[in-house]
Amino acid sequence: MALQNERPSGSAGLNDDIGEKKRLELYRTQVVIREAEQRAFDLFLQNLVKGTSHLSLGQEAVAAGFACAMQKGDLSFCTYRGHAHTLARGVSVEKVLGELMQRDNGLMRGKGGSMHLTSEEHGVMGSYAIIGAHLPIACGAAWRAQYKGDKDVSVCFFGDGTTNIGAFHEALNFAAVWKLPVVFVCENNLYMEYTPIGDVTAVKSPAGDRAAAYGLEKIVIDGNDADVVYRAARAAFEKARAGNGPSLIECLTYRHSGHSRADPAKYRPEGELEKWKLRDPIKIYKDRLKQFGVRPKAIDDIDASVRQEVDDATEACKRAPMPPLDILTTDVYADGGWAWRN
Amino acid sequence: MAEMTYRDAVARGIAQEMTRDPDVVFLGEDVAKAGGVFKATVGLFEQFGPLRVRDTPISEQAILGAAMGAAMTGLKPIAEIMFSDFFAVCFDYIANEFPKSRYMSNGQTKCPLVVRTGNGAGSRFGAQHSQSVENWCMMIPGLKVVAPSTPRDVIGLMAAAVRDPDPVIFFEHKSLYPMKGEVPDGEIVDTLGSAKIVRPGKDATICALALMVPRALAAAETLKSEHGIDCEVVDVRSLVPLDTQTILGSVARTHRLFTVEENPRLCGWGAEIVSIVADEAFYELDGPPVRITTPHIPLPAADILEDIVLPTPQRIAETVKRSLGS
Ligand SMILES: Cc1ncc(C[n+]2csc(CCOP(=O)(O)OP(=O)(O)O)c2C)c(N)n1
Ligand SMILES: [Mg+2]
Repeated sequence: MALQNERPSGSAGLNDDIGEKKRLELYRTQVVIREAEQRAFDLFLQNLVKGTSHLSLGQEAVAAGFACAMQKGDLSFCTYRGHAHTLARGVSVEKVLGELMQRDNGLMRGKGGSMHLTSEEHGVMGSYAIIGAHLPIACGAAWRAQYKGDKDVSVCFFGDGTTNIGAFHEALNFAAVWKLPVVFVCENNLYMEYTPIGDVTAVKSPAGDRAAAYGLEKIVIDGNDADVVYRAARAAFEKARAGNGPSLIECLTYRHSGHSRADPAKYRPEGELEKWKLRDPIKIYKDRLKQFGVRPKAIDDIDASVRQEVDDATEACKRAPMPPLDILTTDVYADGGWAWRN
Repeated sequence: MAEMTYRDAVARGIAQEMTRDPDVVFLGEDVAKAGGVFKATVGLFEQFGPLRVRDTPISEQAILGAAMGAAMTGLKPIAEIMFSDFFAVCFDYIANEFPKSRYMSNGQTKCPLVVRTGNGAGSRFGAQHSQSVENWCMMIPGLKVVAPSTPRDVIGLMAAAVRDPDPVIFFEHKSLYPMKGEVPDGEIVDTLGSAKIVRPGKDATICALALMVPRALAAAETLKSEHGIDCEVVDVRSLVPLDTQTILGSVARTHRLFTVEENPRLCGWGAEIVSIVADEAFYELDGPPVRITTPHIPLPAADILEDIVLPTPQRIAETVKRSLGS
């Protein structure tokens, strides 16, 4: 699949295979991520978000495009940069911010933190902070679906830097050989932590140019256009559900903030951020909705309701207590406790 | 009752569990069509078919990662890592992923899997295919760790491990594969976290694991017949959970403690047992606890070298005799 681009305006050329209902969902999902991530950053400045956090500002279209193409039963495996994917599967802003603020109302009551968001009931099977670790894990979940004859797909998100670790290559080969229903999604935001990916990678497209080594099609798409992402996701999921094995999709995108909260991103060449901001996924999508004749009022209503949701969540988190100390030793083992001896 | 090798007990134990539960699946390098490089899984592929017994590429991270993903979503995988030394190339799963996901997710996720692996020396394979690495795993909260010493225990502890809801690291000793033992007919299910007194005695407690158990038993026979010293031998079997009650109970009767460990000395499991006994049964002791270990060196390949670094029945007997001052 080549880089797909939405046609310019003029309704005759518009491809409406997605439909207004889904487009509004795609838009809303992106706005939820944008507002929640921006709030997380503000709360960090107020010292209410502790520890580290890795934002997806600027990368919203990838999370929205994939999540909106997923069905119940499909599973997401995320990285430490996983707030976006967690929110996109429908986890509430309050649960996510609560975890970032280390409150008892957080998704894991403060036991996991920003890098490990997990919500099994939403199919978010964990956020993994050891680079590459979750690619093989996603294979295993896909193996279960294959073994049981279920149609569930495992979707694994990771960055460009992750394509240089061994687990990436082991997982790609393993998934291809076993023909597993797993979709690997590389969010190429051009940087690992602080080093440009091109400086440390032997090929131009860190994921796309590796696909052939595993007998897979090279798929490199515009990761800032949620329609493009959604279509690529839909096609890969269809392939996986039909028993035709894995896909590897590289989404070209850019993070507007630093790598983590500690990073002012001084290593970027001048003008790069500004250039990418012209291709801000939310701006692109707002224009798209207008092209399809969605009234500005409907868009404003979505913006306002999301802002309200994030405000309410923030207040609820500020009011929430810290976790009680008795959860320190729970859930080390399946019996709920931590006993290692009799 | 039938006599069977430790090697054949592995396949029988896995077959018992795969027959019982269709969610038990098995993966690893050369384990299916070839029956394993140690021939410990011969027949499983033929009995359970290619969907449940699967050969993998040489991808230890993929093997353990896939086992975890399958376990999290409802299967009960058994994964083989051919030599336990190879844990070092997939240690992320053992140290960071299996044991932490339940805790980090506040109890949302589960990880009921078994990693079985060939552990230990005696095959003249040298420093990277002979190690005893059970202590690498014992130190990680969230894991369970077992190491059977007899064919019967292989089957019973394998069943317990597969049925356990936590990740279990199952150490098979390579030098025990050809050893024979009596095994009852029918289903065998043991319990994790239970040590076994395999020889009662009144003068000293010797705690041992895996290959060191038959060696401790041989030493005990010599000590009894030649010196009249009556040793109690405890097969620890399970490092996590650790059956401290059996060990403390034994020390309370014999008043002396020896540990026999194949792992190199520093941070070996015996140090933990000695520390627990020192903390909780100090006044029961009539003399210092003594650890008998492999010295703190990489393992050599040549037989005459390997043979002197592992604790032998002679070294165990001499150490006990000397310590007891007889
Ligand atoms: C095995 C391992 N090595 C290094 C790190 C430190 N680290 C955390 S994030 C990161 C950069 C990853 O880059 P990329 O895959 O492009 O993802 P992005 O952060 O850009 O989303 C690194 C090196 C780690 N967490 N794990
Ligand atoms: Mg990156």
